[in-house]
Amino acid sequence: MVGAACALYAARAGLDVIVVDRGPVAGGTTGAGEGNLLVSDKEPGPELELALLSGRLWTELAEEIGDAVEYEHKGGVVVASTSDGLEALETFATGQRAAGVEAVRVDAGRLRELEPHLAPGLAGGVLYPQDAQVMPTLAAAHLLRASGARLFTGAAVTEVLRGADGAVRGVRTGRGEIHAPHVVNAAGTWGGELAALAGVSLPVLPRRGFVLVTEPLPRRVHHKVYAADYVADVASDSAALQTSPVVEGTAAGPVLIGATRERVGFDRSLSLPALRALAKGATRLFPFLERVRAMRTYFGFRPYMPDHLPAIGPDARVPGLFHACGHEGAGIGLSTGTGQLIAQVLTGHAPELGLAPFRPDRFPASASTASTSDSEEAS
Amino acid sequence: MNPLELVRAEPGPAFTVTLDGREIEALPGQTVAAALWTAGVTSWRTTRGEGRPRGMFCGIGVCFDCLVTVNDRPNQRACLMPLRPGDAIRTQEGTGHDD
Amino acid sequence: MTEPSLAVIGAGPAGLAATLAAATRGIRVTLLDSAAEAGGQFYRQPAPGLGARRPQALHHQWRTWERLRDGLRAHVQAGTVRHMTDHHVWFVERRGTDGFAVHALVGPEQEQPAEVRATAVLLATGGYEKVLPFPGWTLPGVVTAGGAQAMLKGGLVLPGRTAVVAGTGPLLLPVATGLAAAGATVAALVESADPKSFARRSRALAGQPGKVAEGARYTGQLLRHRVRTLLHHTVVAAHGAERLEAVTIAALDRDGRVRQDTRRRLVCDTLAVSHGMLPHTDLADALGCRVDGTDVSVDDEQRTDVPGVWAAGETTGIGGSALSLAEGHIAGRSIAARLAGRAPDPGEWAAAARTRDGLRAFFAAVDSVYAPPAHWAEQVTDGTVVCRCEEVSAGAVREAVHELGAGDLRTVKLLTRAGMGWCQGRVCGSGVAGVAGCAETAGRRPFARPVPLGVLARAGETEEQ
Repeated sequence: MVGAACALYAARAGLDVIVVDRGPVAGGTTGAGEGNLLVSDKEPGPELELALLSGRLWTELAEEIGDAVEYEHKGGVVVASTSDGLEALETFATGQRAAGVEAVRVDAGRLRELEPHLAPGLAGGVLYPQDAQVMPTLAAAHLLRASGARLFTGAAVTEVLRGADGAVRGVRTGRGEIHAPHVVNAAGTWGGELAALAGVSLPVLPRRGFVLVTEPLPRRVHHKVYAADYVADVASDSAALQTSPVVEGTAAGPVLIGATRERVGFDRSLSLPALRALAKGATRLFPFLERVRAMRTYFGFRPYMPDHLPAIGPDARVPGLFHACGHEGAGIGLSTGTGQLIAQVLTGHAPELGLAPFRPDRFPASASTASTSDSEEAS
Repeated sequence: MNPLELVRAEPGPAFTVTLDGREIEALPGQTVAAALWTAGVTSWRTTRGEGRPRGMFCGIGVCFDCLVTVNDRPNQRACLMPLRPGDAIRTQEGTGHDD
Repeated sequence: MTEPSLAVIGAGPAGLAATLAAATRGIRVTLLDSAAEAGGQFYRQPAPGLGARRPQALHHQWRTWERLRDGLRAHVQAGTVRHMTDHHVWFVERRGTDGFAVHALVGPEQEQPAEVRATAVLLATGGYEKVLPFPGWTLPGVVTAGGAQAMLKGGLVLPGRTAVVAGTGPLLLPVATGLAAAGATVAALVESADPKSFARRSRALAGQPGKVAEGARYTGQLLRHRVRTLLHHTVVAAHGAERLEAVTIAALDRDGRVRQDTRRRLVCDTLAVSHGMLPHTDLADALGCRVDGTDVSVDDEQRTDVPGVWAAGETTGIGGSALSLAEGHIAGRSIAARLAGRAPDPGEWAAAARTRDGLRAFFAAVDSVYAPPAHWAEQVTDGTVVCRCEEVSAGAVREAVHELGAGDLRTVKLLTRAGMGWCQGRVCGSGVAGVAGCAETAGRRPFARPVPLGVLARAGETEEQ
């Protein structure tokens, strides 16, 4: 998804773009995502700024291809079970409002109007009208089509080509060499492997997530709904946000419940405890789901970085190499802003957000992995 | 010849169930699909997209084409669900869920 | 867990043979099956309430069935086998050193959970029919050939008065003769295989004299019921407004394309169609067992590559009931030895192994003879629904390939929803792959059955009940 967005905005900035992927379109984490475009779960800071920029860009894109990518400006509702929880939520929302987020406090009565099937007895919540949704695979495919970029799927990058001066001059793939003065690493969870091919370390690690999909239903869940309660972590004197799964209805009928977060490497076996936790959280919020059947589950590997911020921008260590990966569970939502920022720096313009927090070389060098890579584009 | 004659069946007494309120007869042990076929009914569901009629297809519970509402429980597979006297079968539309 | 135990999933020929072989050798067996009676698809029995006095009129190899049935009864009475009917297994969980937990839903409603713990698991989940799409195939009255047979065997009902049996494969013969014997008029048996390929494979086929005799018997029955057999023909389309009224059939040319000048219409109210069989591999795949193409991969002892998990019967590759019996028998003996802590002596099951080898070779030949027309996908018009659940048209699938860059089944699914519905692509997988022009791969279905979220929310938490 991030690669597709980079391709779109780079092409619109006048660059000639080739997109290379070792698999099919959306074959990595994108195809396993829910398509969340969320501001509600982000605290004030660089990620929230990127989310707000991305949200504006998604709104613009929706006018062109909204139906094709199942864009739905449905809004998010974060609920609290207790009045203390609600106060904590409100405090969080106050900070977000100052950063430009629309956040509307709703009482218990209003909550039931917004979501009539919610469990009784909830204290209230906060409505986030800017939260939205796309179908991620369709989004990636349609952004690529709109970009007009040349697409090389099923072509793994085996080498990042560099000139005598060390600058990038293209990539070698299973289908031949592609020459370009700029290479953008948008390989998501496998971004560290691509970086290693260019001789630099980028600590992108997998964080597995399962999503549950129910039988098709009439629309009973209208927003993206999840519960949030702050649990004070006394030892570290910091507050950790404990969230329940996000429950949402879809245009196609099924309710999506996602997602778990586990650091288990690239383990592809099914975890019943993880699925149990999802089902528990969802049925607690929406008791009617007890008898609704889960038809399937799928999982993906989010690309996370040690400080939970993506790597966006030029890599000072390798001229011509840019990174756009490591968005953890927010890559679909943050893709448009990322693509825009990448296009701006590729064309020599000042990026509209400061890229310092996203600097790819902000981590101390560590052992880098080497293997094949996933997805990136040259421009 | 009919199938009952072929295996020299001596079924227990027939009983009555309803399809959309209309009474039809069923034999003990028969599934919803079998009773509906016997009554000459071959479709009991319309699809949620195009509203097209559907009935039995795979007969062994794999395809979910024969979904039907039985005693207000939607999305039951007619090919698997045995009937009991008085069961109320309803033609199912769309997702089978109200609202 | 005190003594080693085995959970057998599926009470068809393979599951029954394994159950008997293991239980006879002292293993405590729990046999779980979704049906109310043992037998699987091949030995599907009429519901007891129907009082069939001669169910064998609908069956072959009845004596074998009697032996399996009586053996199971004896073990159940002796308490050495627990037979859990109406148990729909949705997931088998590995529990480390604890062995396995088999998660099932009970009864036709499939709402109440049940959990069975076992040291070892045998997957004998059988297969289901493959049907390729054609215009009109979603009309009521179009059923799978096996579905028509299942309804006849289990419910003693016919889908209509006048049937066409069509497609390809050895299943078409018993279905056509069964429907005719039960009183339906079979207007035609339309088989797309080319008689010349039978001739080419005659040596491999003749290696199984029992199978040749079986074929001859069906041919006799077809003649007796005056069923017209049209080889190297195909159904081009099914017609009707709200239900099936007629089909158009046509001959195939040498390349497997429809000869347009041979199209003709047959009036019928039933089309029983089949293009072969596919194994149920969901449970195996979710356990992490290797699946080769569409078949669960096993070794000579019927072991999968996951310790403690065996597989037998159609789930390891389509090959009919006799092969399933042989595989089940071998699996049961292997399990009995391994759970007793010793390596089995394959000499003990040499006869079954010979049967297995012979039948695998035979069915490999059968597979190469019975094939859908090479260019069947050309007959699928853009407006034809290929994914029955989500009503995805062939045109949408082609657009995903040609306009959006999809080149594999998973991407086609994500872009079109084909395969995302109730059946999870079991029915449309082959058809969508064919229309898309991509390889057919076994779909990943972590839940073998839809499971209520309330059940999932508690699954695996409780100790064995």
